Amino acid sequence: MFGLGILSGLLIVPLAGAAFILTLGEETEAVKRNARWAALITTVVTFLLSLAAWARYDIASPSFQLVESHAWLAENIRFKLGVDGFSMPLILLTTFLMPFCIGASWLSVENRVKEYFVAFLVLETTMIGVFCALDLVLFYLFFEAGLIPMFLIIGIWGGKRRIYASFKFFLYTLLGSVLMLLAIMAMYWEAGTTDIPTLLAHRFPVGLQWWLWLAFFASFAVKMPMWPVHTWLPDAHVEAPTAGSVILAGILLKMGGYGFIRISLPMLPDASAEFAPLVFALSVIAIIFTSLTAMMQTDIKKLIAYSSVAHMGFVTLGLFTLNEQGIQGALFLMISHGIVSGALFLCVGVVYDRMHTREIAAYGGLVKRMPLYAAAMMVFTMANVGLPGTSGFVGEFLAMMGAFKANPTVAFFSVFGIILSAGYALWLYARVIYGKLEKPNLQGILDLDLREKIIIAPLVALTIWYGVHPAPVLDTFAPSTEALMQNMRTALANTQNAEAAAKAAKLAAAEKIAPENSQKIEAAAR
Amino acid sequence: MTPIQSVLPAITPVLPEIVLSVGALLLVLWGAWRGERSAESTNLGALGLLIFTFFLVVSQTGTVTTLNGAFIADPFARVMKALILIGSAATILLSRDYFQRERIDRFEYPILIVLCTIGMMVMASANDLISLYLGLELQSLAAYVIAAFHRDDVKSTEAGLKYFVLGALSSGMLLYGSSLVYGFTGTVSFPGIVTALNGPASFGLVLGIVFVAAGVAFKLAAVPFHMWTPDVYEGSPTPVTAFFASAPKMAAMAMTVRVFIGAFPDVTAVWQQIIVFVSIASMALGSFAAIGQRNLKRLMAYSSIGNVGYALIGLAAGSEEGIRGVVIYMVIYLAMTLGAFAVLLSLRRKDRMFETIDDLSGLSRTHPWLAFSLAAMMFSLAGIPPLAGFFAKFYVFAAAIKADLVTLAVIGVVTSVVGAFYYLRLVKVMYFDEPKAPYERIPPGSAIVLAASSVVVVLFFLIPAPLVAAAGSAAKSLF
Repeated sequence: MFGLGILSGLLIVPLAGAAFILTLGEETEAVKRNARWAALITTVVTFLLSLAAWARYDIASPSFQLVESHAWLAENIRFKLGVDGFSMPLILLTTFLMPFCIGASWLSVENRVKEYFVAFLVLETTMIGVFCALDLVLFYLFFEAGLIPMFLIIGIWGGKRRIYASFKFFLYTLLGSVLMLLAIMAMYWEAGTTDIPTLLAHRFPVGLQWWLWLAFFASFAVKMPMWPVHTWLPDAHVEAPTAGSVILAGILLKMGGYGFIRISLPMLPDASAEFAPLVFALSVIAIIFTSLTAMMQTDIKKLIAYSSVAHMGFVTLGLFTLNEQGIQGALFLMISHGIVSGALFLCVGVVYDRMHTREIAAYGGLVKRMPLYAAAMMVFTMANVGLPGTSGFVGEFLAMMGAFKANPTVAFFSVFGIILSAGYALWLYARVIYGKLEKPNLQGILDLDLREKIIIAPLVALTIWYGVHPAPVLDTFAPSTEALMQNMRTALANTQNAEAAAKAAKLAAAEKIAPENSQKIEAAAR
Repeated sequence: MTPIQSVLPAITPVLPEIVLSVGALLLVLWGAWRGERSAESTNLGALGLLIFTFFLVVSQTGTVTTLNGAFIADPFARVMKALILIGSAATILLSRDYFQRERIDRFEYPILIVLCTIGMMVMASANDLISLYLGLELQSLAAYVIAAFHRDDVKSTEAGLKYFVLGALSSGMLLYGSSLVYGFTGTVSFPGIVTALNGPASFGLVLGIVFVAAGVAFKLAAVPFHMWTPDVYEGSPTPVTAFFASAPKMAAMAMTVRVFIGAFPDVTAVWQQIIVFVSIASMALGSFAAIGQRNLKRLMAYSSIGNVGYALIGLAAGSEEGIRGVVIYMVIYLAMTLGAFAVLLSLRRKDRMFETIDDLSGLSRTHPWLAFSLAAMMFSLAGIPPLAGFFAKFYVFAAAIKADLVTLAVIGVVTSVVGAFYYLRLVKVMYFDEPKAPYERIPPGSAIVLAASSVVVVLFFLIPAPLVAAAGSAAKSLF
């Protein structure tokens, strides 16, 4: 339509919905209701559109599909969109979670309803944009643009320390990303384009890769977030409204992992291999240290936030094992964590809407009054722990299998993360759900109403479904992962050959051997 | 008898300046004849004159030198002149309501703006040191007067005086530097200087370049010659501040590029370090000093210092990409500045104008569109995509990376994060804080300027190609 493809449609539909909501008049009850419905319809339409894109998508092919390219900044900086096995599932996750966010904000957001939904819809566009951009400048544009609506969401509709949290969130992530921008420019001058498919085939000199990798790492590590640059996340999570936390945990955190798999690993393979031990170290520290931190939290949201950091540690660990199991596991964990942590935040939102506190100590014995809620929460807690049969298990298991193959010591330490996660998650569940229902203000608490049931039921189903049948997701990742591994292997082999050849040449020069001999040595090195 | 064409120089390239000069004189006569009643008509007349000249400038093509090589009309000059004219015209639109309220609505004001504009256009087209100085002085004299235009106001007269004294000093430095350059090269013409400069630069010439750079930095309000900026910005009537932050900045940048790229392209090593230092110092001071400001006009002053620092990154690269970056930066900076001042001029209730950050409190509740526009300007100034300010920074940083000025680029992006803090604070005040009593309806002149600049800032990312192409051809004409 109008020369635009289905992916442009995914970007435009939420913006169109936002524009429509903006045209609604003064904030009366009727306008609020219309804004809510308009936002819900927009997100559902976007989800259906993404399903249509999924239907057209060929799961077996590792190449970019649904590609469209429009003139933009320059001849070789184009408005180019496309999806492959890495991005398609993340786009579906985004469009899938959005209606739940709108639903979760249905009643809890009472002020400035219009602006709230506009911010969410704009945020949706930027998130989809990150995952389908096939040009680095465009990628950066969407990557950063998402900060604006999220800043407003935390700052306007957040909790008590919302201003501190919103500034920290914004400036922290901005500082990380600006270095990435410089790296993108350096790539542009080196390769002459910012077109991602072209860059994937381009070999950057090893020395330059080193700097580029660090610059991208600065950005993605903050976004992931990895220890020790994770401190913005607990603040942002705690202060954000429920739907904001869902989006943060569910999708924004995945942008870092996506960046690694889209840019760092395939474009800078030598540097990635070289820096893998650093990433391992940071990941293991993140897994153990933040799990311990999570255990000591008194605020439910903060606990889940720290557990997110720990899970993201598994993701980075898996990605940098540089083998198929590890990468597949990391990607699966990203999807699973998107659903599970999103669902956990929704569950926190349910009790927060009733009691207006997130203190663990304020709850206890909820199972007596809220059996359905307790059951749902049980599923998500188990998935968070990584119990077999839930989606959390598959990802963590594969990631650790990959880690074992790459480095058994790292795998050994990362296992503690699972044990500790069982510790904090079950303890949280026990303190909130079990025990005696003693607090007087909890006596009248009500179980899930219809709206909440509609929101939570599909998430429960998905968590269990992907736990017992992860194949659909893994099959989608597989072709792209294989292509990536193939690409990396040849790249690393080439570098090794080049190094060997250089060594041989040096040797030849040192011993003043005739060039014919040095070629022989080179051949021998191969 | 020789035909008259060969005696007189070609005047078509200078036509825009001539039209403006004649128009300004006619407006003076009209004003003198009609007296105070003519304020309305001189405003309209000046606006029409500027718009007409704008189309005249845009319709010209090619590269021509005339007036014995003192004046050059090339794509670069035309782009900068177009920006200057837009800045001046927008200022007149912004001024009317304010001047009426302050009861200083006199016919001289638009005429002074036009005279100032002529000076700025000559600066953009100068092809030797004499015409450069001529344009600069015409621009400055008019600017001193309008800074003190609210003559019964202590702050305004102080601003005018301060500007005059320091401006005269800087003009002196520029002139001294020019005389040294003339002494060591034997010519004042830029192409002449280029030919005279084969071989390493002598010490005297380096000294000359340093003094010229100091004079230029003063006009740009770049650190370490920025001290006048916050006071003059705060003291001048707000529309005049909007003017100082927009059109003269374009002219000063045009002049800077002309001098360094036009006259000293072969001694880049000499001036590049100066520009790199000035750029880093401006970015750093612009970001850090703005944090403590409560007054919006002072804040914009520091913001403009910082922005000049970013634009100078492009010049420091000294390449075609760099100058393209500078031109793009100036276009977008113009839109952002005019937009921000249009909002500032709308904060009024009865006879009071408001100009501190706290007066913006809760603006998003009382005036959602005003707040939205200002927020867009602020995010754009902070360089957040997809707003236009991101692309402005993108091109200058890209040029710096290509020229291997990685340290400069890294310092630049880091200071931009610091700068983001105070831009965000304005957004915070407007969106997160509790509202105050609403202001009056936005005056029509400001509304036009604000709408136009908001469209540029918010939607630039959809169709960036025309501007990038125009800036590219402008930059090309210098190399």
